[in-house]
Amino acid sequence: MSTHIGKDFTPPDIAGKVTGEIKYAEDYKREGMVFARLLTSPMPSGRVVSIDTSEALRMDGVIGVFTADDLPPVPPPGNPALASEYVTYVGQPILAVAAITEEIAESAIDKIRIDFERRDFVVDPLESLSPGGSNAYPEGNVLVRTREEGPEGAPIVGAEIRDIKWPQSAIDAIKSGSEPVGGEFTTEWAFGDLDAGFADAAQIIEEPFVTIGYPHHSLEARTGMAYWENGKCYFHGSSQSQSANNAGLARMLGIDLADLVFINEATGGGFGSKIGPYPFMAITGNFARVLNRPVQLRITREQEFYIGSARSGMQGWIKVGVKENGKVSAVDLVIVNDGGATGGGSGNSSAQHVTVAYQPENMRYRGISVYTNTTPRGAQRGPGQNEMAAVLAPMTDKAAKAVGMDRVAFRKVNVLDSNGFQGGSQGPVTSAFVREALDQGARTFGWDEKLALPKQNGSKVRGVGVGIGYHGAGGRGYDGLVRIAPDGRLHIHSGVGNLGTYSYAGTCRAAAEALQVPWERCEIVHGRSDKHLPHSSGQGGSNTIFTHTRTNWVAAQDAITKLKEIAATDLGGTADDYVIGDERVYNSSDSSIGLTYAQAAQRAMELGGKYSGQEYPDDINPLTQLAVQGLAGSGLIGVAKDNIPGQGQPPGVVVGFCEIEMDKDTGKFEILDYTAIADCGTVVHPKNFDNAMRGGAVWGVGLASLERHVYDPQNGLPANTGLYQNKPPTYLDVNTNTKMGGVNIPDPQNPTGGRGIGEPTQGASAAALSSAIADALDGHLFNTAPTTTDMIVNHLAGNTYSTKSLKTNTF
Amino acid sequence: MKSKLTRRRFIKGVIFSGAAATTGTGIYLAANAQSGQSAAERLVTLNINGRERRVDVLPMETLANTLRYKLNMTGTKIGCNRGECGACTVLIDGVPNYACSVLTQNVKDKAIVSIEGVKETDGTLHAVQQAFIAENAPQCGFCTPGQVMSAVALLNSNPRPTKTEAAAAMSGNLCRCGAYEHYLNGVMRASGQLA
Ligand code: FES
Ligand code: FES
Repeated sequence: MSTHIGKDFTPPDIAGKVTGEIKYAEDYKREGMVFARLLTSPMPSGRVVSIDTSEALRMDGVIGVFTADDLPPVPPPGNPALASEYVTYVGQPILAVAAITEEIAESAIDKIRIDFERRDFVVDPLESLSPGGSNAYPEGNVLVRTREEGPEGAPIVGAEIRDIKWPQSAIDAIKSGSEPVGGEFTTEWAFGDLDAGFADAAQIIEEPFVTIGYPHHSLEARTGMAYWENGKCYFHGSSQSQSANNAGLARMLGIDLADLVFINEATGGGFGSKIGPYPFMAITGNFARVLNRPVQLRITREQEFYIGSARSGMQGWIKVGVKENGKVSAVDLVIVNDGGATGGGSGNSSAQHVTVAYQPENMRYRGISVYTNTTPRGAQRGPGQNEMAAVLAPMTDKAAKAVGMDRVAFRKVNVLDSNGFQGGSQGPVTSAFVREALDQGARTFGWDEKLALPKQNGSKVRGVGVGIGYHGAGGRGYDGLVRIAPDGRLHIHSGVGNLGTYSYAGTCRAAAEALQVPWERCEIVHGRSDKHLPHSSGQGGSNTIFTHTRTNWVAAQDAITKLKEIAATDLGGTADDYVIGDERVYNSSDSSIGLTYAQAAQRAMELGGKYSGQEYPDDINPLTQLAVQGLAGSGLIGVAKDNIPGQGQPPGVVVGFCEIEMDKDTGKFEILDYTAIADCGTVVHPKNFDNAMRGGAVWGVGLASLERHVYDPQNGLPANTGLYQNKPPTYLDVNTNTKMGGVNIPDPQNPTGGRGIGEPTQGASAAALSSAIADALDGHLFNTAPTTTDMIVNHLAGNTYSTKSLKTNTF
Repeated sequence: MKSKLTRRRFIKGVIFSGAAATTGTGIYLAANAQSGQSAAERLVTLNINGRERRVDVLPMETLANTLRYKLNMTGTKIGCNRGECGACTVLIDGVPNYACSVLTQNVKDKAIVSIEGVKETDGTLHAVQQAFIAENAPQCGFCTPGQVMSAVALLNSNPRPTKTEAAAAMSGNLCRCGAYEHYLNGVMRASGQLA
């Protein structure tokens, strides 16, 4: 019976959040600190001809200017921290100025003269693919990933920019909702026999779709503060991860892993945009070294829009064949991704969502990712999967209707189960209980009852919807590290970041559970790498619960083995004669023969070697090795790499049910009810599970109905850089009486039973809302994400608005 | 690029005005450079969290900047610095205000309460803070000080709000993490309407 897993607790950092005492990167100061500000590109595409900083450098209080020449060059298609010759989006950093105050730094930026040469720009991928269309980069318009041989024959993933154009007929075809025959793709996979699958189909659904990217807009703009002391760089960074920063950031700074102290007690949101070290960290750290002073680089909200990353967009076409019994027999999917200035798209992950939702018997996916002169794109909460979920849900409803099936029943026929697969490689999953989630959700929501209610109420119309969100939810092979101190307390070292999910703390409960230590006798050690933190996964990809309950579990098992060995050494018998309980290790046939954890820890220190960290397993990561070296001799050390056997991707799945009431005069709607049920194995920390589910639900409303990039097509200037115009959901846009639940069937490949859930929470909400919007409008398909009020009201007014142009990033 | 830009050309003497380079002093120097106001006019006394604080304030300086960078009260967060998010919310004569959009020079005669002044002097947390913990309300926590301030102001004027009233009263506080329902449940709990 679990004493920690599945039980609520108060995360140690929450008090600091309600008092304002917890510190984020920009709350730190350092004697002699100077302030850096960025000068950014005013145009979407151009060439820097000359930079004149002389006037700025003459100003009192200005300390220095930092440009691309101060950093190692990043050849295209890399995302350099500072532009060198070409600028490819509005807001691209060109240089940084440091001064003794922020005000002086800002004034100095005004005094810098840059001559630019304008270049043609493009904000719409299909426009760039058209014959004669502009390219976002001088080298071309498409990011192509290439596999190259590494120096020792190890394959590494490379990338290049190519110039690809489609025949006009293919552009016209995809815009009118047909297959873009003749279009070139850079990613392709298929399984089964597509033609046979469509031949088997009783009904075929064929639709175009478009999803528009939007910024993460984490509430804390990415600030960094760095200083160098005694040959080490101390870096306060805004990051959703902790240990996942060290290796990359050390590389950016050109120093050894041991010479970087990365500090990150709390982070004001990340949502995928701060998983690892981002390019701009290189400016702060290197500038501080050059100036030999602490440098704080704080960026504005507007700059966070520019460089804070954004979801990629899609323009696509899908054809789905459905058999009489509701089984999806074939899917043909084409995605043109909008990769913004960084070129990468999430089309493959979008296709992966389709495989999970439909488990199609036969499928083909073809994709291409196009650069536009818009902000850099990167992972954003369920990248690919969630926007696909939003547009796929109403199409799924249409398919269900075509074969005369209830929408929930149709999903139950098709969705992933424990014997199912995900992705183009049809890889296995650890376990999946989505049908159970659909049943539980339909019951909690009252699906049948709500369907039976009248739809019209004067000018108002009700709609109910259902949707599925999916994301891979766990990784393997990271390290765990615990220490039993000489006072017997359990110190659990966590290299997981603190982005607000509290999973850094929740996963530590696995070590407490395994070692049977009361929570008040445990200490979580986290937040700065000089506290000796193990190698951990990036705090993203919904993976932490699965990944790091396992690492903490294996570290605890290592500690238990050592406790037993020490007891056997001191008290006789073999290690197998001993068990643990009540913070003691004792002989199973005579509990009076034993040691307290405190005594065992003291003995570990005396025995040395592996018991107190002087020796450690050779398969642990170099970062963990450093951490163990730092702890050596201070207690009983449990350290191990997660080598728990098993295979398959742990899936995180959420099903959502949504009821809206739409005003047909205004196109506005209110969410009357939202229910979400997760299939994420054992719920490790129930209270936090609720918050993760609800936060994701809010994000789903933004994706499905509110948030999008808008660029002025004439000048390529972003029209909505702020929070207000970009419209993340507020208190007034969301339902605040939601119902959340979990199937709560343990995953067999995790000793604690848990899998992650961060991302599918959003996909389920977005999908259920899109489905409800379509239902309110008698099944009308917008095939867009977001579907905004203006689109709805135009449709209701019978205006000519058509999503089939697949236009994106503009109004 | 035509003109090759080198590090050496752009970095001035690294020991430039070292003594004057701490944050407070720096802003003082900036004031000299940028404003015609005399030092005496800039020195203001503020009533913050029931204490008088004397501080040198630039004419265009916002209260959020004064709190964070002059007085080292970093609990007040700057999410947007343009009146869009509420992370900087403080109470001015009991009314919630965006500190990023208030000039410090204009609140010399007012009572300002920031997040640092919400808990009791003996360290006991305010009912709103306790309830936010009980409801596991904050996620990343960056909006939380502002949410606390708005909730405290709401309960001061309306001790038993409905959830709908609370949502309206708090709607000037964005939470990008989407913890709205948990903050509202916190308000309900703090007002004794939730077990
Ligand atoms: S920082 Fe003041 S409203 Fe956003
Ligand atoms: S808790 Fe992160 S912004 Fe509200």
